[in-house]
Amino acid sequence: MAAESSDSEEEDLVSYGSALPALQEGERIKKPVPLQEQTVKDGKGRYQRFHGAFTGGFSAGYFNTVGTKEGWTPSSFISSRQKRADKTILGPEDFMDEEDLSEFGIAPKDITTTDDFASKAKDRIKEKARQIAGVVAAIPGTTAFDDLIGPSKITIGVELLRKMGWKEGQGIGPRIKRKPLRQKPDPQVKVYGCALPPGLSEGSEDEEDEYQPENVTFAPKDVMPVDLTPKEDVHGLGYKGLDPTQALFGISGREHLNLFTGGSEKTSDLLGDLRHSKGRKLGITGQAFGVGALEEEDDDIYATETLSKYDTVLKDEEPGDGLYGWTAPKQYKSKKRFETEVKYIGKILDGFSLASKSSTYPPPDLPRDYRPVHYFRPVIAAGNENYHLRKALEQSTGKLENDTTQQSRHTLNASQRRDRLGETVLKGPAPSVLEYLSEKDRERLKEVKQASEQQMKVKMLPQQSQNRFQPTSANDAPHKWQMFLGGQLANAGSSDFKPFARNPEKQKRYESFVQSLKQGQKDMLEHYLDPSMTEWERGREQEEFFRAAMFYKSSNSTLSSRFTRAKYEDDVDKVEVPRDQENDIDDKESAVKMKMFGKLTRDKFEWHPEKLLCKRFNVPDPYPDSSIVGLPKVKRDKYSVFNFLTLPEATTSVTQATNERIQQNNNLNSKLKPSRWDVSDKEKEKKDSISEFISLARSKVDIQQQPPVPMTEECGTETNETLPSEVGTWLCLNLKGNGTFFFLQKKKQKKHKNKGKHKNKKSEKESSSDTEDSSDSLSDMDTTENLLKRSQILQWITRT
Amino acid sequence: PSRPIPAPHNPHPPQTPQVDGNYCLTCGSDKSLKLWNPHKGTLLRTYHGHGYEVLDAAGSFDNSQLCSCSADKTVALWDVATGQVVRKFRGHAGKVSCVQFNEEATVIVSGSIDSTVRCWDCRSRRPDPVQVLDEAKDGVSSVKVSDHEILSGSVDGRVRRYDLRAGQLYSDYVGSPITSVCFSKDGQCVLAASLDSTLRLLDKDTGELLGEYTGHRSTTYKLDCVLSEQDTHVGSASEDGKVYFWDLVEVSRASSQILVPLPHPTPPPQPTPTSPQIHVPPLARHTPRSDSRLRHHTGSSSAKSF
Repeated sequence: MAAESSDSEEEDLVSYGSALPALQEGERIKKPVPLQEQTVKDGKGRYQRFHGAFTGGFSAGYFNTVGTKEGWTPSSFISSRQKRADKTILGPEDFMDEEDLSEFGIAPKDITTTDDFASKAKDRIKEKARQIAGVVAAIPGTTAFDDLIGPSKITIGVELLRKMGWKEGQGIGPRIKRKPLRQKPDPQVKVYGCALPPGLSEGSEDEEDEYQPENVTFAPKDVMPVDLTPKEDVHGLGYKGLDPTQALFGISGREHLNLFTGGSEKTSDLLGDLRHSKGRKLGITGQAFGVGALEEEDDDIYATETLSKYDTVLKDEEPGDGLYGWTAPKQYKSKKRFETEVKYIGKILDGFSLASKSSTYPPPDLPRDYRPVHYFRPVIAAGNENYHLRKALEQSTGKLENDTTQQSRHTLNASQRRDRLGETVLKGPAPSVLEYLSEKDRERLKEVKQASEQQMKVKMLPQQSQNRFQPTSANDAPHKWQMFLGGQLANAGSSDFKPFARNPEKQKRYESFVQSLKQGQKDMLEHYLDPSMTEWERGREQEEFFRAAMFYKSSNSTLSSRFTRAKYEDDVDKVEVPRDQENDIDDKESAVKMKMFGKLTRDKFEWHPEKLLCKRFNVPDPYPDSSIVGLPKVKRDKYSVFNFLTLPEATTSVTQATNERIQQNNNLNSKLKPSRWDVSDKEKEKKDSISEFISLARSKVDIQQQPPVPMTEECGTETNETLPSEVGTWLCLNLKGNGTFFFLQKKKQKKHKNKGKHKNKKSEKESSSDTEDSSDSLSDMDTTENLLKRSQILQWITRT
Repeated sequence: PSRPIPAPHNPHPPQTPQVDGNYCLTCGSDKSLKLWNPHKGTLLRTYHGHGYEVLDAAGSFDNSQLCSCSADKTVALWDVATGQVVRKFRGHAGKVSCVQFNEEATVIVSGSIDSTVRCWDCRSRRPDPVQVLDEAKDGVSSVKVSDHEILSGSVDGRVRRYDLRAGQLYSDYVGSPITSVCFSKDGQCVLAASLDSTLRLLDKDTGELLGEYTGHRSTTYKLDCVLSEQDTHVGSASEDGKVYFWDLVEVSRASSQILVPLPHPTPPPQPTPTSPQIHVPPLARHTPRSDSRLRHHTGSSSAKSF
């Protein structure tokens, strides 16, 4: 069974190429054969050797020895005694190798389509050549029989054309009416240069008579390729030797030939011609070109003198782009005549007539209140009250038929179409289990559900009341927001806006949150929040989500095009803020009212022009050393309070003292990861009372480690590592969050400081859990143990 | 003597003539610029190439180049003779409302509704502006350039003067949206027209108010104001279809003496009410055909300013 299946598997598989030999155990992979040792063999296993491109690539067998070691040997030796009679006639193929007869050899014998099977796109050139040959031949017209006898092979294209009314020899296109052409060229005009074979080049034109009935149309002229007479002599291109007959009498040789067929009257003609030709100059056609060895100008030996080279009329330059000289295409030269001559005689649509003359119309006068913006007509829903209006609109647009079904076919959905077509509902899986339940059961279920929900609420309430940091009750928030957002929610949470892109999990929560919000499932909102978070944090996040949903609602609307890109990237904590701002407009407003222009209304800033701009203005760079462009900017925290508040500068001796100490301690703490507050200390030191507080707190921590503390060694090191960075992270966090939290934390810190050991354990735990929840990063840091330690330290500080 | 220009292209207010006063340049809502001979009233050349109405244009000092700005957010540099666009500067985020060459026509300064002034380099092939002056809090309605200063008037009610030589930015608060600013010819004063129907002459150095000119009407549209060649008169367009002139000095003593209101030959353009939140009013939009004629005033000293 198994063997069979494997067999069938093998049969199913298709393998290309030869498989590599299986490696035996311990066998090494063979080295590749070097290039010089690689050999080429032909189909019969004979070595081939490459010996140069000119000799045809690979040599025949044994290096130019006709494929055998001994060189050429007769294919078979046959005793001449018996078979002397039948001589084998050797052709060249007998002395050739197979390679020579192959596709790339010197005598390839590949399969080609013979003339019989070739598609019979009529070879015009060949045709022409044959035609000429027929004319030139001793018995003219003999080749015409070939056409009669030859089998008719017509391509599908020609066949189609014929069925459409095309006849051979005609051009393709609408039939045209042609006015009598210009007169034939004057026969008296002397012809220089090569004379074309008579009756060929101008034949079709010559055939046209003066007689032109009014309503006779012609097929357009077929486009003929250039005549190519086969070259049979060894003269130069275009050379035509002096024709003695023409040179003598100026009559064509053909007429001469016709003498014999013509009869006696022709002889008199001939004589007459002779006589006649005496009256005019004897023309010499044909030429012997080339210049003598002594002549200098041989640069244009193919020049032919034709009259067309000369201008007969003084005229302006050819209109147009001057691309063509006198060789301009016909339509280019005589455009006007062409236009009047050719008219379209095709089928003209009913109700239309061919324009007698082309006329351009001036653009319409624009009405006075014209605005070049299109306003769409209001779409009026099909309703009873709108019926008259709709009717009027339709009439005005010329759509009188009231065919709503036709119009709205594409707007129907599947079920509507199904209804209209009278089809039955497809049977599929029922939408929910509830459908199978009876009405009574459903009612009961609902009751149970409501009861349980209420129970839950009752349970939750005391919890919430316990939580002191609950910002708003989480339950009524959705309703509040729902009211706020109203219908705007429809656009919220569209895919292109990702307010929480940095935290994918949060973003995910947000999206599902918005989804549920859209569907109006208010009580479901809680489910999308992280269950591992505390009530407080959940409430916060929910509010955040609501805010985000409200702010980003217009993302996909056209409104977004009205806004420029944000000046600052979202995920950069620090932003560049102009150092000086034009502010207090109120003062200026009042100054303007009092017409006290001058100092009150003027702001003066340092402004750095671009160096290149100075150069272009021929002005020396006012700040040659600065690299700033525009107004000088200062890096500040993006969400820092200091961007919005202007706090009085706090220059107390305490801060200075503590700062000095910090400077010292920074050296000690250099192994710690510096918090942002450490970095920006210098910057901040002048303005913020908060930083004062922080530095105080930190210094207290640091003091702790300086003197020999009455504490265990273990405890000391631990605080040393955790506490300073803790303070930093706390505040960082706050900055990322909103301001309220910031101050909250600050207060708590103060509490720590003031209360010291009097703090009860409960509040400590509470606060610790709060901080833990406020951020993921903090969760493992801020343990109650640490807090205990800290309170110990603080206690110690207050004591000393 | 005034000669109406047979302008079928619905021009905006006529632009400053090229320096010597031999040419007059108009730009219109038909996306084209037209160069006129103001003396004969003949059209010399039409410049096509903008994708939307052309809002402002200016000529270089040597009459060889033009610059124009359009509602298609581009600034174009033209060759006067060939009529071809030499460069097109893209970068503004909104309609470009005003444009100026610097003295040597090496920089084009353009102000846009996107509240930026951009300086474009004509010398190099640089596609981005040399410098973006984004101090304005609202659309920039007017820009003027002197040999070392860039003056911009913005809808936020401030006239900002960027002094390249001193490396300073002076911002004067006027209050009402500025429609047009210009330097006085002696370079001591700045004239600012604002939407409270007032022209104010401010001292350039201190920002003090030297004169106030009222009597015309300018509440909705961006109308130009000018100082005459010898700084003797102040001129401004008005929404009642007239051009107002004030004596520069007289007014500083007595309040608002209208020297002469020049009536336009056609009925005043009825400003179509625009929604209030549009800060930059559209350039005075002469309704098509009926009043598309412009008056070119020649002969007086102030003529060159128009």
